[in-house]
Amino acid sequence: MKNVIILGAGTSGTMMSNLLRKQLDSADWNITIVDQRTHHYYQPGFLFVPFGVYNAEEITKPIEKFIPSGVQLIQGEIDRIDAEADQIIMQNDTIIKYDILVIATGTDIAPQEVEGLEEPFWNTDIFDFYTIEGASALHEKLKNWEGGHLVVNIAEMPIKCPVAPLEFCFLADAYFTNKGMRDKVEIYFVTPMSGAFTKPKATERLDYLLKEKDIKIVPDFNVMSVNGEDKTILDYEGREVEYDLLVITPPNMGSDLMERSGIGDEMNYIPTDKATLQSKVKANIFAIGDATNIPTSKAGSVAHFEGEILVENIVRFIEGRELKAGFDGHANCFIETGHGKALCIDFNYTHEPVEGTFPLPGIGPLQLLKESRMNHFGKMAFKWIYWNMLITGKHIPFVGAEMSTAGKHFEEEPIN
Amino acid sequence: MEKEIAGFRVNLSKDGYLTDFSQWNKDIGHAIAAEEGVNLEQHHWKVIDYIHEQHKNEVPLTIRKVGKSGVVNIKEFYALFPGGPLKKASRIAGIPKPVSCI
Repeated sequence: MKNVIILGAGTSGTMMSNLLRKQLDSADWNITIVDQRTHHYYQPGFLFVPFGVYNAEEITKPIEKFIPSGVQLIQGEIDRIDAEADQIIMQNDTIIKYDILVIATGTDIAPQEVEGLEEPFWNTDIFDFYTIEGASALHEKLKNWEGGHLVVNIAEMPIKCPVAPLEFCFLADAYFTNKGMRDKVEIYFVTPMSGAFTKPKATERLDYLLKEKDIKIVPDFNVMSVNGEDKTILDYEGREVEYDLLVITPPNMGSDLMERSGIGDEMNYIPTDKATLQSKVKANIFAIGDATNIPTSKAGSVAHFEGEILVENIVRFIEGRELKAGFDGHANCFIETGHGKALCIDFNYTHEPVEGTFPLPGIGPLQLLKESRMNHFGKMAFKWIYWNMLITGKHIPFVGAEMSTAGKHFEEEPIN
Repeated sequence: MEKEIAGFRVNLSKDGYLTDFSQWNKDIGHAIAAEEGVNLEQHHWKVIDYIHEQHKNEVPLTIRKVGKSGVVNIKEFYALFPGGPLKKASRIAGIPKPVSCI
């Protein structure tokens, strides 16, 4: 009997457990998935919790509900990965041997990376919405907040779901407008990027939306420290922004398990081949989703597209065949713009997001890079797709792992 | 576009970044640094060596990652390349503009 171990039962790990169980013969292969938590969160929902669209219960389900029969779930903390000996060591000293390891431990916020981001101001004037605790505490705060300077800050890229802080600005604009107090709130989007986004066409469109919604952008701002007493954030060049309410996305880091195991990079991400998803640590270790260091978005859609390729490559690895350099960096995101509308963007390593129709060329129904109600319905419907299709490894019609260029309005040949 | 830097013909992107790293050499690095108001000394070169190493391995760079490299911390990185250290250092090193991806 041979063993595959999957570390992490979030979006990527749960999906991989389902996909691999279908592909690998139960007579030959045991599959084990390890996670210390007991609950699976619908993370795209975190963004909506502060505004009361979803509550915590609606986006939380037990992990075990989504692990297929024939896969063993171990709930416990991992002490370290011993890559040389092909084994993991649990905190309780249990040793589990593997033939193939799939690392899907994701990424998390690391508030300790920014000076001043701790008690006593954390969750009183300073919030995140990347954890269920942060998003819920921010909801309580917003209910009674009387207005002032709302500063939405990204400490540093890359972050999970890179457009979420921008969406937060748009949703905050709509939320305060609906409460009849938009005139009492000034919204600042303070970002280390030079504009609303990094890809030129999308930035042009999003910068315009920020202006239209009277959201002020402070670009090229790399936060050094937060002063909770004075309510200011300071960047490395001495610039200062005042806040009454700070919603910050702290630097993101991979699991410190990688540091303990001596296999991650400086940010605890796994060095990974960007096309095959095989790790550069050892041939029998693969990585997927936010845990990798590959140059694409840290997002659920990316994990989904990677899943298809990773399963094929694990099968090829087992059969001793050459791996398929199949992953093209494909990402697909809805960008909520408030008042029941959203944008949709679709891009990969070499093609930036442009206008067009998706997923059916010329038909849609989704409009790329344009605000529409249909896009918003798409985003809302995605919760059902997530629980019922994405993490359980079912094929989502019309949306392939490889990005399609059909129905998109490219002006020139892709660069890079 | 094509341009002459330090006596060498090189291809540049719209933003003035080399589009072909094989055209880069230390003289070009010095010349671009001068345009950016930076005088390259030993510590700068250590950072540039690190950036080249990461680029060769196709590892995307961020300011914090450079700051954890052991070559410089973030404050020193700003002091060496004032006003946008990652962008300036990448331009001088002859690699594409950092996308801070995604």
